[in-house]
Amino acid sequence: MLSKTLLRDTWLVFVRVMLPVLRNPVAIVFGLAQPLLYLGLFGPLLGDTGWQWFVPGLLVQMALFGTAYAGFSLLPEVRTGVMERLRVTPVSRIALLVGRVGKDVVLLVVQGLLIMLAAMLFGFRATPGEILLGLGLVALLGVAIGALSYAIALKVKLEYVFASVLSSTIVPVMLLSGVLLPMSNGPQWLYWLSRINPLAHVVDAERSIFNTGSILLGLTSASALVLVGVFYGVRTFHRESA
Amino acid sequence: MIKARGLARRFATKSGPVDAVCGVDIDVTEGELVGFLGPNGAGKSTTLRMLTTLLQPTAGEAVIAGHDLLTDPAGVRRNIGYVGQKNGAGADQRVAEELEFQARFYGLSKHDARRKVADLLDRFDLQGLEKRGVITLSGGQQRRLDIAMGMLHDPRLLFLDEPSTALDPQSRRNLWDHVKQLKADGTTVFLTTHYLDEADFLSDRLLVIDHGSIVGEGSPDELKNNVSGDLVVLGTLQAALVAGKFENAVVEGEKVSFRIPNGDRALPGLLRDLDNLGVELHSVQVHRPTLDDVFLTMTGRSLREPANAF
Repeated sequence: MLSKTLLRDTWLVFVRVMLPVLRNPVAIVFGLAQPLLYLGLFGPLLGDTGWQWFVPGLLVQMALFGTAYAGFSLLPEVRTGVMERLRVTPVSRIALLVGRVGKDVVLLVVQGLLIMLAAMLFGFRATPGEILLGLGLVALLGVAIGALSYAIALKVKLEYVFASVLSSTIVPVMLLSGVLLPMSNGPQWLYWLSRINPLAHVVDAERSIFNTGSILLGLTSASALVLVGVFYGVRTFHRESA
Repeated sequence: MIKARGLARRFATKSGPVDAVCGVDIDVTEGELVGFLGPNGAGKSTTLRMLTTLLQPTAGEAVIAGHDLLTDPAGVRRNIGYVGQKNGAGADQRVAEELEFQARFYGLSKHDARRKVADLLDRFDLQGLEKRGVITLSGGQQRRLDIAMGMLHDPRLLFLDEPSTALDPQSRRNLWDHVKQLKADGTTVFLTTHYLDEADFLSDRLLVIDHGSIVGEGSPDELKNNVSGDLVVLGTLQAALVAGKFENAVVEGEKVSFRIPNGDRALPGLLRDLDNLGVELHSVQVHRPTLDDVFLTMTGRSLREPANAF
C-alpha cells in the first residue's frame, strides 16, 4: 500500500495546498488569535500554578478547532470542478486526502509550538523532549480529526449543513474533554460522561507529558481515532463522486 | 478509441429509481471529433462521467483508449483527458503552478512537466499569465486553462463536457478554433453540447441523446438530409400554380415554401421545369435545415424549449 507513487502523490497534493497558505501567511496568524486570547484572558484565572495544567489542554483544543474546520476548504473545490479534475487524473485517492490533512497538521504543529513558546513567557515550563512529545500527540489527534472533517464535508457537500454538524459535535466534545476546567470537579455523572469521550483521555495524556503520569490511555485513544478517521476518510474519498 | 456497450446508470432517488442513461452503445474511432448532443438532463454528462471513470455504470461495459473501464480505470485515466463543465483550477492557485501540479499528477517528471506547461501556455494563448492567480482570469482564459489541464499528458482521447458554456461569442469562437486544432493534431475528441451551432461547426459525427437513449447518429449533414430536407422558398406572382406542384407547400402572399431533399442539387432541374411551365420567379431561397429541425423531428421537441431546461 505504501508505495513510492503514493508518497510522491501525497507530497504533490501537500505542496499544492500548502503553497497558497505560505503565500498568504496572515491566515496562520489569525489561527493563533483564539489560543492567544485563551492564554492571555483565561489562563490567568487559574493562578500561577495553572499554566502547567492549562497549556496542554489548550494544545488539544487547538488540534480540535484547527482541524475540524479543515473540511470547509474542500467544499469550494468540490463545487467548482477542482475535485472532479483531480479525480480524473491517476493520482492516488488516498493522497488526495492525506496530502490535505498533512497541510493542516503541519500548520497545527507550527501554531502549537508558537503557543507553547508564548506560554513560557507567562510561566509555562517544558523541556524540548516534552515539547516534541506534546506536539506529536497533538499531531496524531489532528490527523484523526482532519481526516474525519474532510470525509464529512465530502459527504454533506453543503456549507450550512457542514457548519451545523460541526457546531453540534465540537462543543460537547470540547466541554466533556476537560480542557477548560477539571472534570473531576464536577458531579459523578459528568465525570463518567467525560470518560467515554476519547478526547478527554488525550487531554489527560497531554497533561501527563508536561507533568507526571501515564500517557498510555491517551495515546491509545488518539491512535484509535486516527485509525477510524483515516479509514473512514479514505473510504469516503474512494467512493464519493465529487 | 471508445467502444461502449449497454452502458447504463440508474440513480436511486426519494421518488424511486431514475434511469439517467438506459443502455447506450457508443463507438468512436481514432481521430474522430464526435459531438454528443442533447437537451439538458438528457443523460449527456452522466454518460461522459461514466466514460471517464468518475461514475460507476450500473450496467454495461466499455473499452476506452485500450483499457477496460471496469477492470482498469487507472489505465483509462492515464490515457484520457477530461475537461469538465465547471472550472477545474483552484481559485487560490497560480496558473503555471496549477498546470505543473496537474502534469505531475499524471506522472510527468518535474523537468518534463515544466517543458509541457510552457508548451501548452503557448498553445492556448496563456503566455504572460503564468504567475497570475486563477481567480483573476477571465472566463475565456479559465476555460483555456481547463483545456490545457486536460492535455498535459498528451492524451490520445479528450473528453470535453459543454466546453463553451458561459463564454462570450468571441471566446467561444476562439475555443472552437483550439478544439479544431486538437483534432488536426490527431487527438480524438468527444464533446457534449446542447448548442446546435457548436455541434454543427465542430463535429465530424453526432450522437443525439434524449431521455437517456441515443435517438440519432450521423454527420451533421447526414442528419439534416435524413430528417427534413431543405426548405425552398420561391417568390412568384403565380404562387397558387407553383404550390400545386409540390407536396405540403405553404403559400404566404407571393411566397411558396416547401421541403425537398438535397435542395441545392434539386433546384436547377426544378427551376427548368417551372420555366417550361411558363412560371416567372422573382426570388429563390434554399435553407439548409438546422440541427434544431433535426432534433425536433427526432424527439418531437425543440432543443430550445424551456420545458427541457430540467
